[in-house]
Amino acid sequence: MSGIPHDHYEPKTGGEKWLHRRLPIVGLIYDTIMIPTPKNLNWMWIWGIVLTFTLVLMIVTGIILVMHYTPHVDHAFASVEHIMRNVNGGHMIRYIHMNGASLFFFAVYFHIFRGLYYGSYKEPREVTWIIGMLIYLLMMATAFMGYVLPWGQMSFWGATVITGLFGAIPFIGDTLLIWLQGGPSIDNATLNRFFSLHYLLPFVILGLVIVHIWAFHTTGNNNPTGVEVRRASKEEAERDTLPFWPYFVIKDLFALALILAVFFAVVGFMPNYLGHPDNYIEANPLVTPAHIVPEWYFLPFYAILRAFDTEVWLVIAVDFLTAGIIDAKFFGVLAMFGAIVVLALAPWLDTSAVRSGRYRPMFKWWFWLFVVNFVVLTWVGARPAEGIYPYIALIASTYWFAYFLVILPLLGVIEKPLTQPETIEDDFNEHVAAAGGAKAAADPTPAE
Amino acid sequence: MFRQLTLTAAVALGLATGAAHAAGKEGEVYNYDFSFEGPFGSFDQMQLQRGLQVYTEVCSACHGLQYVPLRTLGDPGGPGLPEDQVRAYAEFYEVFDPTLFDGEGDFRPATPNDHFPGSQLAGAPDLSLMAKGRAGFHGPYGLGLNQFFKGMGGAEYIASLLAGYTGEEKEEAGAILYENKAFPGGWISMAPPLWGDDVIYEDGAPTDVESMSKDVAAFLMWTAEPKMMARKQAGFTGVLMLTVLTVLLYLTNKRLWAPIKRKAKQEAAE
Repeated sequence: MSGIPHDHYEPKTGGEKWLHRRLPIVGLIYDTIMIPTPKNLNWMWIWGIVLTFTLVLMIVTGIILVMHYTPHVDHAFASVEHIMRNVNGGHMIRYIHMNGASLFFFAVYFHIFRGLYYGSYKEPREVTWIIGMLIYLLMMATAFMGYVLPWGQMSFWGATVITGLFGAIPFIGDTLLIWLQGGPSIDNATLNRFFSLHYLLPFVILGLVIVHIWAFHTTGNNNPTGVEVRRASKEEAERDTLPFWPYFVIKDLFALALILAVFFAVVGFMPNYLGHPDNYIEANPLVTPAHIVPEWYFLPFYAILRAFDTEVWLVIAVDFLTAGIIDAKFFGVLAMFGAIVVLALAPWLDTSAVRSGRYRPMFKWWFWLFVVNFVVLTWVGARPAEGIYPYIALIASTYWFAYFLVILPLLGVIEKPLTQPETIEDDFNEHVAAAGGAKAAADPTPAE
Repeated sequence: MFRQLTLTAAVALGLATGAAHAAGKEGEVYNYDFSFEGPFGSFDQMQLQRGLQVYTEVCSACHGLQYVPLRTLGDPGGPGLPEDQVRAYAEFYEVFDPTLFDGEGDFRPATPNDHFPGSQLAGAPDLSLMAKGRAGFHGPYGLGLNQFFKGMGGAEYIASLLAGYTGEEKEEAGAILYENKAFPGGWISMAPPLWGDDVIYEDGAPTDVESMSKDVAAFLMWTAEPKMMARKQAGFTGVLMLTVLTVLLYLTNKRLWAPIKRKAKQEAAE
């Protein structure tokens, strides 16, 4: 499958040959798990396994929850309490599923930022990146709809706010909103369709994950140097790579076990820390919570949505120029979705020929500022839109767009990159020697 | 971890009076010590029984516990009442049974299989999940980091609220509001429920307002999270086993990569 030359599966026994002629499935599995992987991958390359595991964890716990959950406005909240109190192990299954969503987004943000820093989105991995972005969008949709299912106060009002965004679209907004909600407001029809889609989308994600893996198995993994694996001969390729099994499987499993230990501590000792107390109050359309906030993983985009209010001159100008078609509300919606669009367009906005941020002295600074900016957006998204917070949100949102639309295109032109290593092998040897020299004890990490 | 917090404590309690009083200052929540705090903390059975008594004799006049099955009063890790006491306690309540009286329904004494009744007064919220539906601690800067050390503060909020009346009253839009230090906004529509010595404890524990408030707050933490002991046990086992697995995989990984690294070091030296 991969363009990197390596050994392929050869059926040996009679049975294997029989099957291989009819369905080469063993060969497919062999080639997938034995794929040559750059030796020098560091610990930021573990998130793929963490994400795959989390997806399976969510699907398995979710299927069990569905056996006891009732998707009806009169029974949903009580059925979740039934799971928490009467179903054997139900409280653990539900808490794992609930906190699993946070683990999923925690891991995906590291995974995405890894890609941004090491230029994993660049030629020839643009398709991998785009599929990844589709997965991320579907994850957000799935998580949002899943949060509505317990039918707590924040479920209901979060759904009202988020579906309301579609109502901001000019001309078709109102019709679209009613169509999405299945009625004039969030009600039983909404709950039922969200339940249906919350069950369906994870399997779409699973399919896309397979395509995502297929895509990067075709191009080969990126690596911390961004230098390609040598492909002239199998011997050369073998000097730059090691088979995925066992070297990276064991390494990734080690990291996964460590992360799961922390995850289990959260589930066991502070399962409600990342949630909202309000969601333990049953949904009540007549009582609006004083402060409606989405889950933490949506906060950066929620901050961008709110940042462009009626007092921003750009919003006023656009409102005037479009004769009110793009008002402040719709502008905010466009900004929020636009923030994800520019992220998805990173492969074409980044003009630098050098992949890895390691060899880009100016890029590094802007990148880390982008990371800090992301944290600030997350924080400010949870604060009330008053006092100084809207200004912070506006500055941070502006930087988000500036990073993709101005900084990435410009850096490729003005930046003078550092010398990259000739080969992955050189980088790996140098790194291992340096680590071994500094610390007498052998470092368990293959790189970094 | 990024934590955002909402300050919505007024929502349910404000049902009767409207949310207008929600605005204003955040309540003062005192960080009471509870036996169930921390990774190894567990419910104090005697305290839960005392809290049940306060709930039964005071709170249940208006409030309900509609999500709590009566039989769970006998569950281990909870109040742990013996079976006959659970049955006797259940009969204390009347529930509506739609199957009685030829399908027209009638009231009958509750059995352990029934739930506690719901709230008796329109404005009084159900208390089943109150200890999880409120957070006592929010800071600093809304990050919620102090919840790492103090916990979410649901039980602390309830205890602080019950012990937080100042004695001041005011009339607003035809309703009487009572000043309360813990309630966000400072004025609550619930009249002070505890005055001291409202109940007589069999175990001779103190019956001042603060002690009773803490007892009933602990009981309501149990009604909100009846599986807390089982959860911490599972969490502890999970963390322990995963830690062992992590160490084993660390050693496996180290050994697996050792020859590769040795070779790399030699080549780098050449």
